[in-house]
Amino acid sequence: MKKLILPALLASLLAACSTTGTSDTSSAAVEDRAGAGVATVTAPGVSGSGIAALTDPNNILSKRSVYFDFDSFVIKPEFNKLIEAHARFLVQNPQMKMLIQGNTDERGSREYNLALGQKRADAIRRALTLLGVSESQIESVSLGEEKPRCTESNEACFAQNRRGDMLYSGEF
Amino acid sequence: MSVIDIQFAAFAAMIKTLRTLRLVVAALAMAVAAAAHAQLSIEITGAGANRIPVAIPIFESESALPRGITDVVRADLERSGLFSLVDIGPVALPESVVPDLAGFRSRGADAILTGTVVPLPDGRFEVRFRLFDTQRQMELGAQALRMSPQQNRTTAHRIADFVYEKLTGQPGYFATRIAYVVKNGARYELQIADADGANAQAALISREPIISPAWSPDGQRLAYVSFEAKKPIIYIHTLATGQRQVVANFKGSNSAPAWSPDGRQLAVVLTKDGLSQLYLINADGSGLRRLATSAGIDTEPAFSPDGQWIYFTSDRGGSPQIYRIPVAGGAAQRVTFEGSYNVTPRPSPDGRTLAYVTRNNGRFQVAVLDLASRQTMILTDSARDESPSFAPNGRMILYASDNGGRGILAAVSADGRVRQRLSVEAADVREPAWGPALRP
Repeated sequence: MKKLILPALLASLLAACSTTGTSDTSSAAVEDRAGAGVATVTAPGVSGSGIAALTDPNNILSKRSVYFDFDSFVIKPEFNKLIEAHARFLVQNPQMKMLIQGNTDERGSREYNLALGQKRADAIRRALTLLGVSESQIESVSLGEEKPRCTESNEACFAQNRRGDMLYSGEF
Repeated sequence: MSVIDIQFAAFAAMIKTLRTLRLVVAALAMAVAAAAHAQLSIEITGAGANRIPVAIPIFESESALPRGITDVVRADLERSGLFSLVDIGPVALPESVVPDLAGFRSRGADAILTGTVVPLPDGRFEVRFRLFDTQRQMELGAQALRMSPQQNRTTAHRIADFVYEKLTGQPGYFATRIAYVVKNGARYELQIADADGANAQAALISREPIISPAWSPDGQRLAYVSFEAKKPIIYIHTLATGQRQVVANFKGSNSAPAWSPDGRQLAVVLTKDGLSQLYLINADGSGLRRLATSAGIDTEPAFSPDGQWIYFTSDRGGSPQIYRIPVAGGAAQRVTFEGSYNVTPRPSPDGRTLAYVTRNNGRFQVAVLDLASRQTMILTDSARDESPSFAPNGRMILYASDNGGRGILAAVSADGRVRQRLSVEAADVREPAWGPALRP
């Protein structure tokens, strides 16, 4: 301890003999900025549905995506059969819930794209409710541009990302 | 450009004689140590027109510290683009002696910072420093900071802030933090780093996207949107403890959180009543009320610094444009008129300027709008610039950009002159948010 104190004493003596002294320097401690530490959290994930019909590739119910044209939020006639099949399944299985996720391509603001993706999810939700599905069974949300199916920056890829996906209980 | 290149560039001006070799080796050793942590590295790609030449001799007795201070102070100031470092060789000048101001002036320095590191009996150190104006031949101020040996960077940032404020008249921003999201394969990390990219730490790790981080005014918490539950939900996350609270998880999407200046409430965007619309909610998740009603999309709210207005993006007029609405209620006013895509309004800390993103011939660029004169200026020139965020002194704007398909962060001064690029090797970086200035 003495070894440590001596140089410190010398240093403070030297400081006392400072030749400037033009302004008083009151000494402040450097605080670690309040809360400078960062605790790391890992977010939990989810699993699957467990109903065979929903994943059997020969069953139309295994098809879950509705694709949209550029800047469009209207369901194209080619997807009517798919929507009808899912509506039937939901009406016959009122205990099942569905999450519809709207998606957009990557161009533009993330939050604005989130709002645009919601319009696609809502279009699917409205089509399902018109076919008799209860509002309480379905929730429409948006993933915006955050979960692209295809990650290249070209039109073919963008087209795959302008879509709505239907997920069943256990898949979300 | 690698971290080593940057550090090297910062010190290249000093490499003149063999006597400086030791300094160069020290700088390289620091650079290698930084690279090993895969931190954000910052490259200066443009500097101010009239940089203030400053001489910063190595702080006296700095070698008593395990890691130095002077290099960090120099790098902060040089990176700001507002200062140039004057080569004065490897000579340390004690803080306690007035330097030869006329001599330094003749060597091109307008200001000189001297410093001394003094060991304290409790194992800590005191750093005393003094800034002089060589033209007016006067002292501009002095301070002493007590630090633990591990606080070398924090101390250096405070010293750089002191120099910045004394020489530019504006508060510095070096002792601040930034938040951003790193995507690495299927893994998303919300990271917090010092404003110079050092000390990056993950606050949240997830297999689903994280967007729109927003700092609470006290700098302790972040609000953000996480998709970990397969839908966008707004959380408030206390950084020091890792404690997370769901603020908005209504049916549909919950997104775009923006803190009020007093930190008591957030403006949020919900779809529970149909299209994306603006709501206010208390920071504890209570007291939800609708802020505006429109027939289009309303999103990306941001409070004006006086807390009176909320700027937001809306396509109620056909194309996405920026509007504002009184927080107390009232009619929305349109703010942007030029072009067919103006989004992400972010008011400057003094409330006079609005940074936003505009689409220009299919390219998305960061622009600023002077709210009094209505003059606009496009600040950036790549194709996918987004998410602008002001430094707390309003001088720099951090934003997300794209470099060959990989997300990077970049910063530009509000006058467009100073440019920096921040990148993390082999990862996608996006969604930057510059934290508030924290009163020491």
